[in-house]
Amino acid sequence: MNILVCVKRVPAPGARINISPDGKSVDTAFLGFTVSPHEECAVEAAVQLVENNGGEVTVLTLGPTAAEEQLRTAVSVGAANAVLLVNDGPDWDPQRTARGIISSIRQLESANGVFDLILFGNESADSCGYQVGIRIAVALGRPMVNGAKSLDVENGLATIRREADAGQELYTLPLPACVGIREGINLPRYPTMKGRLASKKVTIARSEVSAEAGGQRMILLRRPAEKASTTVILGTGPEAASAVVDLLGELGVLR
Amino acid sequence: MTVLVIVDHDRGTISPAVLGALTAGRNLATELGIAFEVLTIGAQADSLSSTLSAYGASVIRQVHHEILVDYGPDAWGEVLAQVVRATAPQFVIGCGSERGHEVIAQAAARLDLPAVMNCTEVRPGENLDRALELTRTRWGGSLLEMAELDSPIKLVTLAEHSTEPTESKVDSQLIEFVPSLDSSVSHSIVRDRVERIAGVTLATSPVVVSGGRGVGSAEGFAPLEELATLLGGVVGCSRAVTNNGWRNHTDQVGQTGTRIAPDIYIACGISGAIQHWVGAMASKNILAINIDKEANIVTKAGYAVIGDLHKVVPAICTEIKRRRGGS
Ligand SMILES: Cc1cc2nc3c(=O)[nH]c(=O)nc-3n(C[C@H](O)[C@H](O)[C@H](O)COP(=O)(O)OP(=O)(O)OC[C@H]3O[C@@H](n4cnc5c(N)ncnc54)[C@H](O)[C@@H]3O)c2cc1C
Ligand SMILES: Nc1ncnc2c1ncn2[C@@H]1O[C@H](COP(=O)(O)O)[C@@H](O)[C@H]1O
Repeated sequence: MNILVCVKRVPAPGARINISPDGKSVDTAFLGFTVSPHEECAVEAAVQLVENNGGEVTVLTLGPTAAEEQLRTAVSVGAANAVLLVNDGPDWDPQRTARGIISSIRQLESANGVFDLILFGNESADSCGYQVGIRIAVALGRPMVNGAKSLDVENGLATIRREADAGQELYTLPLPACVGIREGINLPRYPTMKGRLASKKVTIARSEVSAEAGGQRMILLRRPAEKASTTVILGTGPEAASAVVDLLGELGVLR
Repeated sequence: MTVLVIVDHDRGTISPAVLGALTAGRNLATELGIAFEVLTIGAQADSLSSTLSAYGASVIRQVHHEILVDYGPDAWGEVLAQVVRATAPQFVIGCGSERGHEVIAQAAARLDLPAVMNCTEVRPGENLDRALELTRTRWGGSLLEMAELDSPIKLVTLAEHSTEPTESKVDSQLIEFVPSLDSSVSHSIVRDRVERIAGVTLATSPVVVSGGRGVGSAEGFAPLEELATLLGGVVGCSRAVTNNGWRNHTDQVGQTGTRIAPDIYIACGISGAIQHWVGAMASKNILAINIDKEANIVTKAGYAVIGDLHKVVPAICTEIKRRRGGS
């Protein structure tokens, strides 16, 4: 069983997100980088499926050269192959991103056979466009369900559960299929010593990518207005308990 | 010339976000002086027509097809794409719900058109042929993006709670639309479902007592559980906690967890990273309990206690029980 997982390198801001002076990007000075928690879980889900069914996990990203770091992290927790589609310029719009990844998937599949599953995050951490995976699935003519909170494969069928307003929905997709994964589906493992070694040795398949731009253009970023706040310090240590309970009474939550 | 809103429903039960989307769609149509139409998928949604009239839909397009009983992303997306091809609306608006995004993205992919998700503001401008300016959220709402949407047909979803629902009744015309669907879109239709047991959830509880890395262990949550029970609330947590396996992800508050809006949020041993804050910021009151008076959550909260949560939380429980016992 061969599985492709698509991940996106994003900065990991702490207390606040700072914007670069030109207003066009997040100021990443002093920030580490990561992928969305949904995508971390997608990698883990793929690795577990391959452990149980055999096959290989390939991880792919379209992004800057530095995104090798995120690919190597995925290899350190069990992915076998890594593909980097290099875009060292500004982020691409969702249509263009999908087009770039689609043409690469077509090449990979014509060389090595069709991926049984292609996994995505439910949404990317930074852009939150909710669409790159769906565009890829539609272009490849494969069924796609987003927001998976469980994923099992048996006899050529992927069984997916997801949370909805009314409760839990169950889907069964014939393979090959595409699935968007939500955090909580599993608890991603930490890299082992062997994994770390493999991640240093893996050869990343790097290729240039070009694709036609889509119709969504980012103009400027800004932070939402924040309520100016002053913090009332109710006290220090357990002696503050009485003031806290007074407050709970005032707020009407002490029923 | 029309604005088309796609109605998110489950076997005829409307999703709460729809009313805001209907109101926004109607306002936009009025501003542009064009017709406001809505689309319902599946025969069980026919019963929604009086609600849709109340929200001002001049035309209700009802889609009927034997495979359209339960929701399915590919089937709904294909239906929407066919309606868009047949009626050429200027705007297609979906809800900012998981399903709303999914259907708009499916249709956009099939039409090879752009789609802008989670818009908080749509400014149509004078010239409809020009690119549309809009504001959308990024990072789950921590950041706003001003964007341009350049497309003859503009597909968007609206961020939840961005428009207050208001009614404006009209007489609606019902038009049936019969799509042509082949079996390929039926693979992703819901096969089975488990109804949720009614009760307070993290998303709806009036009181949430949350713990972060500062709690230190799964067992360390016992006093937080007690406080939540005393206040008739539920326990939440940060991602540091779920990542350590101390609690289930269903308890996680934040960008990739649950968004909450309780009367009071009590955050114990949580630093208040932006991805956590964005899930908690709609709380009416926030009380932070933290050893670090500089922690982000402390500077942003309305109320704070500086101290060790392992001592402060049990003391609060004791004080509540003392007052209840005494009165
Ligand atoms: C894309 C993305 C999405 C994310 N989504 C989420 C999300 O949905 N939810 C989420 O929570 N995080 C999310 N995160 C992670 C987030 O960035 C933080 O890493 C996380 O919220 C930190 O959890 P914490 O506050 O418990 O831990 P820390 O940041 O380590 O803070 C611990 C706090 O506890 C205090 N403390 C320690 N001991 C005590 C004590 N004895 N008594 C009182 N206080 C004490 C410390 O002073 C400190 O303030 C996301 C990150 C990314 C990149
Ligand atoms: N640049 C990228 N490289 C690889 N995968 C991506 C990229 N952008 C988005 N994706 C995938 O598509 C999912 C949805 O992204 P989005 O449409 O931006 O919310 C992400 O969780 C990733 O799995």
